[in-house]
Amino acid sequence: MATQFTRMLAGRNTAVVLASLGAGTLATGYLLTDSTAAAERRMLYPPSADFPDLRKHNNCMAASLTPAIYAHLRDKTTPNNWTLNQSIQTGVDNPGHPFIKTVGMVAGDEETYEVFSEIFDPVIKDRHNGYDPRTMKHPTDLDSSKITSGVFDERYVLSSRVRTGRSIRGLSLPPACSRAERREVERVAVMALSGLKGDLAGRYYSLGDMNEREQQQLIDEHFLFDKPVSPLLMSAGMARDWPDARGIWHNNQKNFLIWINEEDHTRIISMEKGGNMKRVFERFCRGLKQVEQLIHERGWEFMWNERLGYILTCPSNLGTGLRAGVHVRLPNLSKDPRFSKILENLRLQKRGTGGVDTAATGDTFDISNNDRLGKSEVELVQLVVDGVNYLIDCEKRLERGQDIKIPTPLAQFRR
Amino acid sequence: MPFGNTHNKLKMNYSSDQEFPDLTKHNNHMAKILTPEIYSNLRDKETPSGFTLDDVIQTGIDNPGHPFIMTVGCVAGDEETYEVFKELLDPVIEDRHGGYKPSDKHKTDINPDNLQGGDDLDSNYVLSSRVRTGRSVRGFCLPPHCSRGERRAIEDLSIQSLDVLDGDLKGTYYALKNMTDEEQQQLIDDHFLFDKPVSPLLLASGMARDWPDGRGIWHNEGKTFLVWVNEEDHLRVISMQKGGNMKEVFNRFCTGLTKIESLFKDRGHEFMWNEHLGYVLTCPSNLGTGLRAGVHVKIPNLSKHESFGEVLKRLRLQKRGTGGVDTAAVGGVFDISNADRLGFSEVELVQMVVDGVRLMVDMEKRLEAGQAIDDLMPEQK
Repeated sequence: MATQFTRMLAGRNTAVVLASLGAGTLATGYLLTDSTAAAERRMLYPPSADFPDLRKHNNCMAASLTPAIYAHLRDKTTPNNWTLNQSIQTGVDNPGHPFIKTVGMVAGDEETYEVFSEIFDPVIKDRHNGYDPRTMKHPTDLDSSKITSGVFDERYVLSSRVRTGRSIRGLSLPPACSRAERREVERVAVMALSGLKGDLAGRYYSLGDMNEREQQQLIDEHFLFDKPVSPLLMSAGMARDWPDARGIWHNNQKNFLIWINEEDHTRIISMEKGGNMKRVFERFCRGLKQVEQLIHERGWEFMWNERLGYILTCPSNLGTGLRAGVHVRLPNLSKDPRFSKILENLRLQKRGTGGVDTAATGDTFDISNNDRLGKSEVELVQLVVDGVNYLIDCEKRLERGQDIKIPTPLAQFRR
Repeated sequence: MPFGNTHNKLKMNYSSDQEFPDLTKHNNHMAKILTPEIYSNLRDKETPSGFTLDDVIQTGIDNPGHPFIMTVGCVAGDEETYEVFKELLDPVIEDRHGGYKPSDKHKTDINPDNLQGGDDLDSNYVLSSRVRTGRSVRGFCLPPHCSRGERRAIEDLSIQSLDVLDGDLKGTYYALKNMTDEEQQQLIDDHFLFDKPVSPLLLASGMARDWPDGRGIWHNEGKTFLVWVNEEDHLRVISMQKGGNMKEVFNRFCTGLTKIESLFKDRGHEFMWNEHLGYVLTCPSNLGTGLRAGVHVKIPNLSKHESFGEVLKRLRLQKRGTGGVDTAAVGGVFDISNADRLGFSEVELVQMVVDGVRLMVDMEKRLEAGQAIDDLMPEQK
């Protein structure tokens, strides 16, 4: 865990040291460059002149941002000079959809969540079903041995996958990072990954240096990520300098995969065909722990703290950042009008087989956990295991002409 | 306000070489000119409003360009950008504007009486005539960098000034965010409505932030004089009408512009202008006059002729499709306009278009009649 490491301080800058000291030191933030020009601008344009027009907006940021909060925070910056306006730009530019509530803000660095906590805390609470960062603690648990019944009926479950993200402490996040910082993330990650052995040994493909053949191979394997086109990501500045310092690492067995510098510093994915979620999660945990150990040896660590768990670019991915899911065939259940309610009570979500914002093809759905924060990794994967087993049971019953029941809703947080 | 990694302090912990962008696959003016040395000299500088070199060049890094089309690859965030980053922008300007030197002076001439002819283009061929330019309001940051407060202030100022216009220039302002469906459809049918930019060139520079806040369209009742507020520049001013009477279009253009300028001055604001760069706009390609005078002209025969490209080049004209920049021609109808912006006055540029299009229509008539056009080939202007 982040608290148990040996730090090599040679060459680290003060921001890293401050970040590791924790929240309180940075809560007050720093004032913008106090040049005369900047001071004049502040006078000419008080916060009320700059307050965004959010009347047609439907996202978590727009629901929580008030003129008063904006006025308190507009002129503050994190130690790296990231501002509130930069955090909320994506939410201002993307009013949202009546049915889909996006988050509408991003972090530029670890300190963002502290300096701008006045807006981030209510947004986190809104997005994470009442998790209150001011009073609650997030549990981290990567002990995969605790998972039970984690092998699904392969007549229904076609594939299993677990993903999360990790950020490297001391380097700015994708909306804010400079080219050199992004290249440093790549260097640190690739160096660590090159130390993986056995079934985890693999290689790195830099997006910029890839040849056509490699590219086609990675597309065929469904590994390749492309330059973001979603306006949500573009407005947040994450696609700058593409494809500089972006790449994909995967093991030789092609079931453990890392994306570098896409929406987060790193996205870690464990996947395989079939229904052995337990094995997928075991490899996931083992791989994550080894990568963490390898970066520790070089004096780096992941961004993590007690209140928010693992720190990622989008507040929706805080905590575990974990999405555990399956591609599962549910031809009968998916036509049953109770399907959505069953999913809701099991705290699961459905997506199309192309991932977020895609439609299902045929009767095959991507089913995964809704929650990210407030429950540990083990709890979430167990929830998916139990939930998918329940769905398969429903499917089998409907096949046999039997009736199904809507399960009682699962509890929110136990802490 | 700062965009992207504008004020990222951690980047100064890295050397200039570590930060230098990878431009090996790029084809734009910025990529041709930016060297590690220039980058190193300029990377810790900022304009008084906080615009940095990385802000200037981001759009050029994110859009490597096309082997055939040479884009500029940089933008200004404020008037001072052209000073603080002259080491990069002067050579970019020289490259883009046909050798215009840092010591050259640009002349401004918006006196329509100085235009010869232009009321005589054959309307059987010239379907419509149009002149556009841009203006920036001094003291405000430009679209890539301005805050919401500034953008709204520019909008307010524009509305106040345009409201005073009378006679054939009297008109109405339509704010993009308050438009009714009916108004929107009308403006689309009139070919007036500008939409949120989709071009990655513009998006990467931050110009579309906060859309549609502070953006709008003003036009006169006759629908021949139009102002875009806060699109790619603070103001884009357009005079247009059907047919070939470019002189009338230019008259209205100059009268309208002059009036607007004096109305802004009444409110204590002037346009960004200097002796060397003329009118200062967001994209270096629009410096000087920022003027594009053009016609939609039917030249199905000429456009297929092997010398078409050469004719355009010698006349200092360029062709576009009838949808504007980056569109294709439809039915032999081309948008023909001046290629230059800087180093020639407004009158000189419109004169080139008037004379050039007149010649091109003559050539088209010859080709229609099955005759040659060799004797009509112009000298290089």
